Amino acid sequence: MKEENIVSLRNISVDFDGDPILTGLDLDIRDKEFVTLLGPSGCGKTTTLRTIGGFITPKSGDVFFDGVRINDLPPHKRHVNTVFQRYALFPHLNVFENVEFGLKLQKLPEHERRQRVQEMLELVNLSGFEHRNIDQLSGGQQQRVAIARALVNRPRVLLLDEPLGALDLKLRKEMQIELKRMQQSLEITFVYVTHDQEEALTMSDTVVVMNDGDILQVGTPQDIYNEPKNAFVADFIGESNIVDGVMYEDFLVEFAGRKFECVDKGFGSLERVDVVIRPEDLKIVDAKTAPLTGVVESVIFKGVHYEMIVDAHGYKWMVHSTACEEPGTFVGMEVRPFDIHIMHKMEVEG
Amino acid sequence: MKWLSKSYVGVVMTFLYAPIIVLIVFSFNQSKSRGAWTGFTLDWYRQLFHNETILQSLMNTLVIAVVSSVIATLLGTLAAIGIVNMKRWQRNLVMNITYMPIINPEIVVGVSLMLLFVWIKSMGVAVEFGFVTLVLAHITFNVPYVILNVMPKLRQMDTSLYEAAQDLGCNPRQAFFKVVVPEILPGIISGFLMSFTYSLDDFIISYFVSGPTSQTLPITIYSMTRRKVSPEINALSAIIFVVVLVVLLAVNIHDAHKERESRMKARARA
Amino acid sequence: MKSKSAAVPYLIWMVIFIVVPLVLVAYYAVTTPEGQFTISYISQVGEYTAVLMRSIWLALIATVICLFIAYPLAFIISRRSGNGQRTMIMLIMLPMWMNFLLRTYAWMTILEKNGLINRFLSNFGIGPLEMINTQGAVVLGMIYNYLPFMILPLYSVMTKIPNSLIEAAQDLGCNTKKILTKVLIPLTIPGISSGIIMVFIPSVSTFIISRMLGGGGNLLVGDLIELQFLGNAYNPNLGAAISLVLMVLILLCMSITNQFGDEEKGELLK
Repeated sequence: MKEENIVSLRNISVDFDGDPILTGLDLDIRDKEFVTLLGPSGCGKTTTLRTIGGFITPKSGDVFFDGVRINDLPPHKRHVNTVFQRYALFPHLNVFENVEFGLKLQKLPEHERRQRVQEMLELVNLSGFEHRNIDQLSGGQQQRVAIARALVNRPRVLLLDEPLGALDLKLRKEMQIELKRMQQSLEITFVYVTHDQEEALTMSDTVVVMNDGDILQVGTPQDIYNEPKNAFVADFIGESNIVDGVMYEDFLVEFAGRKFECVDKGFGSLERVDVVIRPEDLKIVDAKTAPLTGVVESVIFKGVHYEMIVDAHGYKWMVHSTACEEPGTFVGMEVRPFDIHIMHKMEVEG
Repeated sequence: MKWLSKSYVGVVMTFLYAPIIVLIVFSFNQSKSRGAWTGFTLDWYRQLFHNETILQSLMNTLVIAVVSSVIATLLGTLAAIGIVNMKRWQRNLVMNITYMPIINPEIVVGVSLMLLFVWIKSMGVAVEFGFVTLVLAHITFNVPYVILNVMPKLRQMDTSLYEAAQDLGCNPRQAFFKVVVPEILPGIISGFLMSFTYSLDDFIISYFVSGPTSQTLPITIYSMTRRKVSPEINALSAIIFVVVLVVLLAVNIHDAHKERESRMKARARA
Repeated sequence: MKSKSAAVPYLIWMVIFIVVPLVLVAYYAVTTPEGQFTISYISQVGEYTAVLMRSIWLALIATVICLFIAYPLAFIISRRSGNGQRTMIMLIMLPMWMNFLLRTYAWMTILEKNGLINRFLSNFGIGPLEMINTQGAVVLGMIYNYLPFMILPLYSVMTKIPNSLIEAAQDLGCNTKKILTKVLIPLTIPGISSGIIMVFIPSVSTFIISRMLGGGGNLLVGDLIELQFLGNAYNPNLGAAISLVLMVLILLCMSITNQFGDEEKGELLK
């Protein structure tokens, strides 16, 4: 089943004061999906979002909305709305007036405006706050007003620029769940920008990992986590051990001075590769029979597990384990073939 | 220490207010002489309100202040918006020139504008020293104050507010009037008020660009002080003092009220 | 909002009413009435060195005295509660809102030969003292008119210094004198320098105070300029030359003073 693309970016290039931010970016966003643009700051994710919103005119390339080229359409004529990073609520208007703002511009009759604003405030759990001033709201409440103000216009696509960045952890978790719920119940497309990989994995249908103005990988959260395409993605999505290796033949890789069985194939013979192993995939076992051995260098208690650094002849491995080993203990480590991820070396340094 | 600082404040305040109190007291003095008290009278106030020159120049002053500060506010607000969007070197250049009328001694500003009008006249353009030159001069020294008041508000404003307005369906013009103007309004208002008061109060620059047909109140006051004895000035001073006192008190009470309100809000949020 | 073009009307205004007039001052200063280039007017300014030095000297005395009066006062005010501060600042600004001609006129009443002080002293058989038409009277007029310009910038930097900072200095072993030299003065340099500028510039260029309180004998550079444009000595070219010298002098002073202070001219000049 092929779903329809609501937004397509084709070969987009954007400069800022002569510095290239995006160079030839291609991206398709499917209708009714929760898509997250994920990457470190300065990777071009916000620029991509602003290109869709119409706040940036690309130097070259085309923006399509529902199959129609909209390069020259100003922001106020696009069927998208934005939740801005620091909310950008109008301080001179109260909650009701903020949410009503877009409807007034559409010249809707008053009773309809009132009804839609009420509905929307209900959706974001702010009924009864209509006449509050913006500066009387907490950060989380302001966030909800910003969402209501955008959604009340019934956009086909909602753009969210790091909307939860200013909230504390607990509130952030709650809002993640709520945003996902809203997206599903309203059945519209969300394009969400964040640098928080956990947020991306929790909410998204599709994650787009970006770095240096390039898209590195597009996939489901599971794909991105389990099968990162290169060391940068692996490192950015959760913590990883990344070591140099050499591919001997299909299903056999050498790293840390030993050959390991693996499940990857199709690499050149003796090709130098990145080997990625998640800390939770390394098991502490009896040193006598283990393929990897080393000395525990440090232990930190992380709540659910212990995070240990194990020094194995110069390779420092990060291991997550529920059992605790004293620093200085000589331990063995084991990894299952399908937990060894082999990646082509990246041309660019991450 | 407490009594020392209290009496120090008292001495300075006496220094600041004694002359004004003297002026006011002698505005009720029967004798024309400024030195001795001879009895109570309201004559000087009566004469003041029948003095055509003073009333006419008061009228001129008000008209000039209103016209020049309104134009200066429009010009300065637009200027501030443009300047904020300039490149750094352009902005620095424009701002340095903008500071000139503030930094330069008023007498130099007055002289330079007088030379400008003389020069324009010598080119055959009919400019009469008077109302027009006064308004032009007042706009010139008022615009910088408007710019200096509006610019910080523009800088403080979250630029995404303007984008948010567009995002919600405003064209750029609507976005400007519905969102940007309300945001910078406090700056515009304080710029306007500053312009208005400076314009009312200005003597030196007006002195160089006024003509016989159009005198402002400060210029009339000046010519009255040249005639050695004229107790009407005292009466005028007393009236101005009371007006200023009332205005300042109102502003202060308003401010105090607002501050209390925002403190309450902060408490409510916490 | 992205458009610089909003500033265009102002930029045109700025060129016509700020840049061109200053160019005209320079032009008049170096040309004869017939339009020939000459430096004779500039060199003629040298003949008035005595007047120039007197202006600088009197303005300097007034500025220093203002600083000494204002510094403790501003500190005392800055340690008051919010409401107390507001009231005190209002009291200091109130006289400033009265036209300075009236304020200066008030001192005439007090200082003149049969003025208040001399009348009072005559009760004890003293006097009459020569107070008006002296340099002392001119300096007094400067101090009286411009003292608030020294207090306000000092107050605005001092009010940002928390009490805990002074307590910390005491805790670390500073005595009163050391608190002043090691903590307070270094922290208030920006206020000091802008206060100096704001008192010195109007003082050095005044012509009203010297005329009203100084009589004919204490000509200042401002009087000199005024005489060339509106007085009997009518000679705009010489007037422009003196203005130019004054302007350069003041810009030099400012750049020196700014070396010590912050670049917050905008904020402090408001």
